[in-house]
Amino acid sequence: MATAEVAHHDHHDHHPTGLMRWVTTTNHKDIGTLYLIFAFIMFLLGGAMALVIRAELFQPGLQVVDPHFFNQMTTVHALVMVFGAIMPGMVGFANWQIPLMIGAPDMALPRLNNWSFWILPFAATLLMSSFLTGGGGPAAGWTLYAPLTIQGGMGVDLTIFAVHMLGVSSVLGAINIIVTVFNMRAPGMHFMKMPLFVWTWLITAFLLIAVMPVFAGAVTMLLTDRHFGTAFFDPAGGGDPVLFQHIFWFFGHPEVYIMILPAFGIISAIIPTFSRKPLFGYTSMVLAVAGIAFLSFIVWAHHMFTVGMPLVGEIYFMYATMLIAVPTGVKIFNWVATMWRGSMTFETPMLFGVGVVFLFTIGGLSGLMLGITPADFQYHDTYFVVAHFHYVLFSGSAMAMMGGTYYWLPKWTGHMYDEKLGKWHFWLTSIFFNIAFFPQHFLGLAGMPRRIPDYALQFTEFNVISSIGAFGLGITQLLFGYIVYKCIKGGEKATSEVWDNPEGLEWTLPSPPPYHTFETPPVVK
Amino acid sequence: MFRLEKVLAALTTTFALLTMAAPVGAETQRWGLNLPTPVSPIGHEILELHNWIMLICAIIFVAVFAVMFYSIYAHRKSKGHEASQFSHSTFAEILWTVVPVLILVGMAIPATATLINMEDTSEADLTVKITGYQWKWNYEYMDYGVSFYSNLATPREQIENKAEKGEHYLLEVDKHVVLPVNKKIRFLLTANDVIHSWWVPEIAVKKDAIPGYINEIWTLIEKPGIYRGQCTELCGKDHGFMPVVVEAVTEEEFDAWVAKKVAEQEQSSIDQFQLGTESLVQTVEVGALR
Repeated sequence: MATAEVAHHDHHDHHPTGLMRWVTTTNHKDIGTLYLIFAFIMFLLGGAMALVIRAELFQPGLQVVDPHFFNQMTTVHALVMVFGAIMPGMVGFANWQIPLMIGAPDMALPRLNNWSFWILPFAATLLMSSFLTGGGGPAAGWTLYAPLTIQGGMGVDLTIFAVHMLGVSSVLGAINIIVTVFNMRAPGMHFMKMPLFVWTWLITAFLLIAVMPVFAGAVTMLLTDRHFGTAFFDPAGGGDPVLFQHIFWFFGHPEVYIMILPAFGIISAIIPTFSRKPLFGYTSMVLAVAGIAFLSFIVWAHHMFTVGMPLVGEIYFMYATMLIAVPTGVKIFNWVATMWRGSMTFETPMLFGVGVVFLFTIGGLSGLMLGITPADFQYHDTYFVVAHFHYVLFSGSAMAMMGGTYYWLPKWTGHMYDEKLGKWHFWLTSIFFNIAFFPQHFLGLAGMPRRIPDYALQFTEFNVISSIGAFGLGITQLLFGYIVYKCIKGGEKATSEVWDNPEGLEWTLPSPPPYHTFETPPVVK
Repeated sequence: MFRLEKVLAALTTTFALLTMAAPVGAETQRWGLNLPTPVSPIGHEILELHNWIMLICAIIFVAVFAVMFYSIYAHRKSKGHEASQFSHSTFAEILWTVVPVLILVGMAIPATATLINMEDTSEADLTVKITGYQWKWNYEYMDYGVSFYSNLATPREQIENKAEKGEHYLLEVDKHVVLPVNKKIRFLLTANDVIHSWWVPEIAVKKDAIPGYINEIWTLIEKPGIYRGQCTELCGKDHGFMPVVVEAVTEEEFDAWVAKKVAEQEQSSIDQFQLGTESLVQTVEVGALR
């Protein structure tokens, strides 16, 4: 791999400096950075809310907050993490990496790109401002189930508008990614040569375009039910509360894969590099991602087995759900096969890569258990579910993003991060994560419902342990912020390849890459 | 109330499950680490199904990660292992697509059988209609015309940490749902305001109570006793404070309880009628005075 065009960099590179640079930027690298910083701030904010929850649950009895505020915390924690941290974080990676990976000079629609980012801080402000209203923030859970949301105060309306704006941002971002991938690939970069990260994001973008408008529709119907006399979800006016759940989960299930598929892409970049071996089963990986995306549209009602569906419906949704285990299994097996007989080293990105494969699989297997309808009747809405989705969302999506950050940070900044601190960050994160969430499996099976501010005495032990783990996990993430900050500020110079002969066009560029890259497209053989 | 033994039991049983070193059933039941010991036929089926799929998951987990950790141990650069460059194997890929499908079929068959049983609410001996309110339950025994509300009985002081918490903290109510053992009981569930969900783990009943809907589910309780559960669908501020307490009794005790309830209700409706008549008389008198 040759190092391309270092000499002619930046001579025509006029852009505003200071704050206006970031407000007006149309550069994919700047916008990627903005997305990532925004996601990290939201991650800390959502994490702080989680710590309020865990502080209240540290002991039986009400100590810290009242039940209504507790419900606001569970609701907004989830909304912030899903729409503020994970999704924008993944878009940040897409912005930075997709043009570098396919040999494009920038995203196809740079101004749209600027707009889709700058909607986000305003949407987040709108969501947060709900706490200042009379009834407080939304308190009906992130699923916003009617008719409970119809009861809420003005905070619910602000949440609905925030969701609209977040949806607009996501759809615009998704359009940009699809247009970029379809039109801006370098000569020779055929679809089946694209890095898996680009593939996973391409498919994710289609999912986003398909389901975000559905969610927007659901919350709009909620809004008209609340204020304009309609009764879509209100049985008193002939409406149907279960209809909301069907619409919500038709969005909500693909949403789960929107959050995890790009993570699969990151893992598929990291593991081959540190195994010094090509990714095993590239074609089947692509097919598995497409298969998961397709299945995600036809399994939604497994989130609502207890609402009283007809028997055939329950059987259908059970079988369809179980099928997801097949392509997901293929991915896990392929990653293990990539490591097999490689020549592995364990720098921080690889630690996160292996950690994600290991911990995500726990979440995947508990997901399979949840898909078994009769058993789900016992698991549903208990802490077993809470444990399950944190194993896929935190130790899947969030930890994959951490791994991805360590993997590409030297490329982005031109400096190596502090390897020793990175390893500390990995081990503390993994250990505290398991202390926080593994005991929740036991809690759920023993009968502790989710979203309760207080609990019966037999649940004490595991709640104590879980809270201790959660605080450790939260504090550890400040270390992550420090490591990234330190790396941006300075550190050992990174080479253009950074790692040992990694695969991909981004490694042909210097570290950090010049402000504009691939103005002359590279030729991929 | 922090029992270290319980935490150790959790660690050892998890380890035992993953290493298949010892059967873990009894220990997990004793410490409440697994689904509670069921007292209904569907409960037994679900527990068996749950244990079966958990065992399969544990085996898959151990098998996959035994390979991965062996690889991590053996195929590392620091040991001088040279990377081979293979990138696919059609045989392996077909194998690990087909084998999971077969395993899933092995899970789906018993699951489907249990599901069909669960949904068969026909030929019930007794029907109880359950209505969820913010934040209490109403029970109506359709066959006897008996109906009452059931509220949380835990005193406020215990919740606010001003008094010692009782044994059944948050899982106690003023009026139990009394049900006969060995009878097929059909529950009809609905709600008056928002969605609630009625759950008692031991008798394996969890179903949403949805306004505008009437859901059905059934159970058959095999042993007399008191079984406790909670609302499991977020229903507002006091979602965590609307428990369910089922008291299963013999048929004779149940009949006696029903008779007592019927008598009480008749008495109270007579009282109300008398109160009503008195006030009517007063109203008439007041009117006459004018």
